[in-house]
Amino acid sequence: MDLTPIYLDNNATTRVDPAVVAAMLPFFTEHFGNASSIHAFGASVGRALKQARGQVQALLGAEHDSEIIFTSCGTEADSTAILSALKAQPERNTVITTAVEHPAILSLCEWLEKEGYVVHKLRVDRKGQLDLDEYRALLHDRVAIVSAMWANNETGTLFPVEEMAEIAAARGIMFHTDAVQALGKVPVDLKRTKIDMLSLSGHKLHAPKGIGALYLRRGCRFRPLLRGGHQERGRRAGTENSAAIVGLGKACELAQAQLATGNSVVRRLRDKLEAGILARVGHAFPTGDVGNRLPNTCNIAFEYIEGEAILLLLNKLGIAASSGSACTSGSLEPSHVMRAMGIPYTAAHGTIRFSLSRDTSEAEVDRVIAAVPPIVERLRNLSPYWNGQGPATPEQPFAPSYA
Amino acid sequence: MWEYSDKVREHFFNPRNSGPLDGANAVGDVGSIQCGDALRLMLKVDPQSGVIEDAHFQTFGCGSAIASSSALTEIIKGMTVDQALTVSNQDIADYLDGLPPEKMHCSVMGREALQAAVANYRGETWSDEHEEGALVCKCFAVDAVLIEDVIKANNLNTVEEVTFYTKAGGGCTACHEGVEEILAKVKAARAGPGEVSPPPACPATPAAPRPPAARMPLVQKIRRIEEVLEAVRPMLQRDHGDVELADVQGRKIYVHLKGACAGCMMEAATLGGIQQKMIEALGELVQVLPAALMPAEA
Ligand SMILES: Cc1ncc(COP(=O)(O)O)c(C=O)c1O
Repeated sequence: MDLTPIYLDNNATTRVDPAVVAAMLPFFTEHFGNASSIHAFGASVGRALKQARGQVQALLGAEHDSEIIFTSCGTEADSTAILSALKAQPERNTVITTAVEHPAILSLCEWLEKEGYVVHKLRVDRKGQLDLDEYRALLHDRVAIVSAMWANNETGTLFPVEEMAEIAAARGIMFHTDAVQALGKVPVDLKRTKIDMLSLSGHKLHAPKGIGALYLRRGCRFRPLLRGGHQERGRRAGTENSAAIVGLGKACELAQAQLATGNSVVRRLRDKLEAGILARVGHAFPTGDVGNRLPNTCNIAFEYIEGEAILLLLNKLGIAASSGSACTSGSLEPSHVMRAMGIPYTAAHGTIRFSLSRDTSEAEVDRVIAAVPPIVERLRNLSPYWNGQGPATPEQPFAPSYA
Repeated sequence: MWEYSDKVREHFFNPRNSGPLDGANAVGDVGSIQCGDALRLMLKVDPQSGVIEDAHFQTFGCGSAIASSSALTEIIKGMTVDQALTVSNQDIADYLDGLPPEKMHCSVMGREALQAAVANYRGETWSDEHEEGALVCKCFAVDAVLIEDVIKANNLNTVEEVTFYTKAGGGCTACHEGVEEILAKVKAARAGPGEVSPPPACPATPAAPRPPAARMPLVQKIRRIEEVLEAVRPMLQRDHGDVELADVQGRKIYVHLKGACAGCMMEAATLGGIQQKMIEALGELVQVLPAALMPAEA
């Protein structure tokens, strides 16, 4: 049996592209200087950082390269954006975000609530979409910032962030988007939007881990998170991680060139995978807004079985995916995204996310389509909620003496 | 991913004694689909000798839940019922060369299923005994008696450990204070008089929204049931039928199907559809049955 590893967990992290590695290597060896230094060692690094900034600017469609601030990760960019908005506008105390954000936003907001700020989380419907009327009704003069993710990491669902930014701008409210999952997968052209801040992370687009960036529109009021040296124009102190920045720049250049591939080749493979599995497995359904999502992501809920068990059996066949089940997250609750969408508990524990990349091949997709049905069948045969061909029937229900 | 022992992996990949057991005369059902794990333990006990001749399981849950169930059936086969009752959750974990701390609740579930099955065999109702304890963790429906037993049996010291073993406190965290009180009580007993030590501060657990309470008051349940029926009624009326609630008995919901629906070929399918909606609305596994099947004496 073919057990060559198949990696379908690209929303967790991606393989660093060999061209990115090649671009980075000289910055560990000959170009080890500090960009702030006057001498030649520093100058060559300074030039490389400028080039990388330009490459990120190009992928974002930002008007100026000075609008890019390099950070240590997506999480830092998210924290910087929200805390900056609150610090720079002390007369405003409210943050509006959504119930399905990444913990990089949600945990921060929970802490802000404890600090006395007001946080409002927009609800989502069964498809994971927002109600823009509810959103409009919540905007008022004390809102410091709206933060809504461009694409959801679990389901790939896209939020209408450009429209939301217009609505916020009309009320004079700052708008931030966590585009960590969207960048490199959907076209972005910031100069034509009213988005004030945007977070990105290198390791989701074939650059290394530990590098990210915050886009900050020129003219947007700002307070730094890290104070110290004058790096990043004093907006983010700390000697630049030059090798990683060069890598991020290269990765952005590659992502731009590959954007069309993602929207055709990867999308077709994703659709084939999803249709192939759903055609062979009953009592399973895709979650999220399937007509409006990232081209590389599909998230399928398998009813009456548990996600970690599915992942362990997939892993045995060399297939890597991830799950929103409680057991895999280390918490005891299924994913907050699934719960926010109202996915019933009979299915929420059994959600599996397959996330593809430009490295994914047709043969891999075929292997996964063949692997999944027997795994689901095997676990359902173990499940007390399942009886032969369907959920436990009235004649033989599973009703524990206490729940 | 968790670091599972080879033994856990082996029992997960090749579970022993899985699936229904013909001729079982003792069945113990514990857990629920909301909580993410559930186990049905089936035993065939020789009535003369009290020896467990065969044991099977069906489990909904993660790798360690399935492995713990498999291990449990292997451990108790050949034991008498009384011997089996002395098997602790730690015995199950030891049999598997240990479980990650976050997964100890899987072994606790195994032990509970065993108690439930034995109670069932003896014609007792284990659930009644269980309900004596006040509900502490409303998210996962864990009561004080269970928490205290598990703290004592496993020598636990922190709220975090209690969560790993019983799930209590793993949801909204509102019960952490209650768990700390039980910890303090057990520790005071452990330390002997005069040596009371306060429970250590519990580590911050990420707050999660509260899932539907496991036990819903009957009034609220009936209201939800009526809402579901209200929602499907227009569909039935389009086909000149109707539906009415007859009675609710535990997890059985009896309905009158009227007009064109009654006795039609689609009756089973209609009830099945309503049942699915009920399960979703109530967050528990219920059956929707025609009123004709209602027990006469009830
Ligand atoms: C939507 C989203 N935001 C933020 C992050 C955090 O990015 P990083 O790992 O670079 O801190 C991730 C990735 O885990 C993500 O998916």
